[in-house]
Amino acid sequence: MDDLRDPTHLTRRNLLKGGGALVMSFSLFGAARGQGDPDAAKTAAPAAAPATPAAKPPTLPGSLDTVRNLDAWIGIDASNQVTVFTGKAELGQGVKTAILQCAAEELEIDPLKIKLITADTFASPNEGYTAGSMSMQFSGTAVRNAAAQVREMLIAKAATQLNVDAGKLHAENGQIVGGPQPLSYGALVADQMLHVEAQPTSKLKDPKDFKVMGKPMGRVDIPGKVTGGAAYVQDLRLDGMLHGRVVRPPSYKATLIDADVDGVGKLPGVVKVVRDGSYLAVIAQQEWQAIKAMRTLARSAKWQEQASLPDPAHLPEALKSLANQDGVVADSKTTATGVVKTFEGWFTRPYHMHGSIGPSCAVAQLGGDGVMTVYTHTQGVYPDRDALSQLLSMDKSKVHCIHMEGSGCYGHNGADDAGADAALMARAVPGKPVRVQFMREQEHSWEPYGPGMVTHFKAGLDANGKIASWDYELWSNSHGSRPGTAGALVSARYLATPFPADVQKLSINPNGSGDRNADPLDYKLPQKHVIWHFIQDEPVRQSSLRALGAYFNVFTRESGMDELARLAGADQVQFRLDHAAEDRGKDVIKLAAEKFNWAGWQPKAGRGRGFAFARYKNHACYVALAVEVEVNMDTGAVRLVRANCAIDSGEIINPDGIRNQTEGGILQSASWTLYEAVSFDKTRITSVDWQTYPIMRFGGVPDSVAVDIIPRPGQPFLGTGEGTQGPTPAAIGNAIRDAIGVRLYDVPFRPERVKAAILGQYQPLAHA
Amino acid sequence: MSVTLNVNGQDQSVDADPDTPLLYVLRNDLKLNAAKYGCGLGQCGACTVIVDDKPIFSCLTPISLLAGRKIRTVESLGTVDKPSPLQQAFIDEQSAQCGYCIPGMMMRAQALLERNPAATEADIRVALEPNLCRCGTHMRILRAVKRAADAMAKVA
Repeated sequence: MDDLRDPTHLTRRNLLKGGGALVMSFSLFGAARGQGDPDAAKTAAPAAAPATPAAKPPTLPGSLDTVRNLDAWIGIDASNQVTVFTGKAELGQGVKTAILQCAAEELEIDPLKIKLITADTFASPNEGYTAGSMSMQFSGTAVRNAAAQVREMLIAKAATQLNVDAGKLHAENGQIVGGPQPLSYGALVADQMLHVEAQPTSKLKDPKDFKVMGKPMGRVDIPGKVTGGAAYVQDLRLDGMLHGRVVRPPSYKATLIDADVDGVGKLPGVVKVVRDGSYLAVIAQQEWQAIKAMRTLARSAKWQEQASLPDPAHLPEALKSLANQDGVVADSKTTATGVVKTFEGWFTRPYHMHGSIGPSCAVAQLGGDGVMTVYTHTQGVYPDRDALSQLLSMDKSKVHCIHMEGSGCYGHNGADDAGADAALMARAVPGKPVRVQFMREQEHSWEPYGPGMVTHFKAGLDANGKIASWDYELWSNSHGSRPGTAGALVSARYLATPFPADVQKLSINPNGSGDRNADPLDYKLPQKHVIWHFIQDEPVRQSSLRALGAYFNVFTRESGMDELARLAGADQVQFRLDHAAEDRGKDVIKLAAEKFNWAGWQPKAGRGRGFAFARYKNHACYVALAVEVEVNMDTGAVRLVRANCAIDSGEIINPDGIRNQTEGGILQSASWTLYEAVSFDKTRITSVDWQTYPIMRFGGVPDSVAVDIIPRPGQPFLGTGEGTQGPTPAAIGNAIRDAIGVRLYDVPFRPERVKAAILGQYQPLAHA
Repeated sequence: MSVTLNVNGQDQSVDADPDTPLLYVLRNDLKLNAAKYGCGLGQCGACTVIVDDKPIFSCLTPISLLAGRKIRTVESLGTVDKPSPLQQAFIDEQSAQCGYCIPGMMMRAQALLERNPAATEADIRVALEPNLCRCGTHMRILRAVKRAADAMAKVA
């Protein structure tokens, strides 16, 4: 039953061990495969089980708490090769480089000499999804602590071996030195030595002694990417590889009546046409042949369609009417008193795309050993494996998901769907690798979008200009329909025996999802009441887009703060400082304002300034943003002119990595806010390319974007990647308000909407 | 059928239908990674390569139009060990996040700098308008191209 114990199965992890020379010892416990997978660990590592199973194990740092053995994270072989394992995936956010910096710092080695293994169900720890700006908090913390503990174990071992006081020894450049002779790590590591549970605390280096962490380090992946190196799953070419293309239905609820399967099967190069219920795909020798055959097959297909989408002309009402359950996000259980002035507004956002520049891609192969190997740019190899195992009716141990980079995803895009399509096609041609890449219109019209939302903000001031009441409501989907089950994979829904989409459930927790940042913990408020009107139904396919609900909850809140400051006759920066709950929040507010020269800013015709602030998720990075916009008063076109961002991400690993992601987050969020909305009619998605779903081009790029980082040596990692998504739309909206004197409640701020506002003809889309 | 293409200074014979867009021949027949499929519609620029001295969308250009033309991709510029000034500038400025759009950006920028070595930032913005980046790396891309222009001006 348990092929995890099969020592003959060649795995990536076995290969790393250099023919079993030495290294760590996973295989002795039979846990070579999925050794970091809690499912596997239950059966595979009896020796590591605690002596008293009933006792609650101590809490370990970061992801060590779930994958507890040191050798799941760090390997050292006799030749002194250090290997670091992370369950996180490189998404273009620079996680590989940052993880290497954490490991190198504590292990006292050159980061470029470390071999790094990322998300792989046969080799890496199971760290779930690479999402939520949590890679450094969880994986970075785990790797750093594991590395520190391994270093101390090596020092202790050297002390015993050399018979000297451990206090005299230290680690340096891959060796333990200070004794009669240096000893390399490889010489000290013995069988089983690191196959031990990590300790709750580690002897971490003092930040003042850092050589690698906290310093800018060039991303390890960039030189290859700018010289034509094979960097992406799109670049994977396996021997005998075939090319697959899927024919998607024209709309979500379409069913296939008929298609010319036999005719297309005879086209040049076509190896197989796959039809299973309403699922259609074609496999060919060459990619262009596959594309031509896909087009012919699509033209031949007859579908029965159904109008199932909300009326796009009345989306806010539709969203509100779809809500079927209420959840209380926050309730101070106090009564507002002394309110003398009130601001109230209804805000809306449309569905937004991830909009990856490279459509999703995967390569799959059903091997002679019965293992389905899927090379995928999924954000979660383990949950994706579980979904594929269900889709294919194969044991989890027979599905091997290996992460390879794709085009940036910014959340749950088509990656998992492409993996499923590649696997379905590979199953139809056993032994042959099949590469599948979506066409542009397939990625655009079938990816799961960041959901449309409606929010209602109402807050009041007392006679002293302080906030006295706060009522907030949001209407939103779950922002999460990721795999774990087969129904999360698009193609699974169209098979003759379909897998239904998972039923989304209302869940209110500290991370938040649709309600992320809806609880205004950033501010001291005497009274607050926050309600989530939960939308379970998914008329438009939705899932996780960078920052989830925080994009719009922060937009609404910080638009409201801007109006409240105006009502109070206060400066927007000072008003926030007066209400800020945390000193670290105040620090980023002050720094962004200072760098922007908020106090010295002079009004100009057609220009406005705006400010916004939020601590992402209420427990991650602190971000404050000041922007200047330019509004063309004739056309209504808005351009972000400059932005000054201050960010506190806790302990800094790679300052340039933080800057890169923060600059990118501001520009991407500005693009969502100024230009983007998924269009559809009552049946079909009509945003099918970059003409029908325009995004920022160079003509809209700011003159300058500056990011200032507040260093917090010795503090926990707080993550970075999503912190700017919410403050950006708010700062832009506030700046437009400043420039034209009208508050915009509806994203995007396209020229026609802004021009209507300038002309006094703007009507917000939502109302009571 | 067999078509001869001059790619990165070498004549290459490939067996592909004449209507095959250049992109697929570069990626699959010649195993060159840099040019990327993005849209197949000429809307995003991820597939941009230089033909003779002009940037083109390789996803839209059938190989039947390219006999006798000089096709260049990022692979022609330099290598990891010996990067060209433009490649070095992208490394120095760390001008990538996911990096998928970057080779297309680079070839459009290379064509600009060959045509106008004194390109200003405004020129660069106009030239790169056809190319999309979704990570929001634009500021760094602009800096890298300007840096390369300055470096190439010094050498010249």
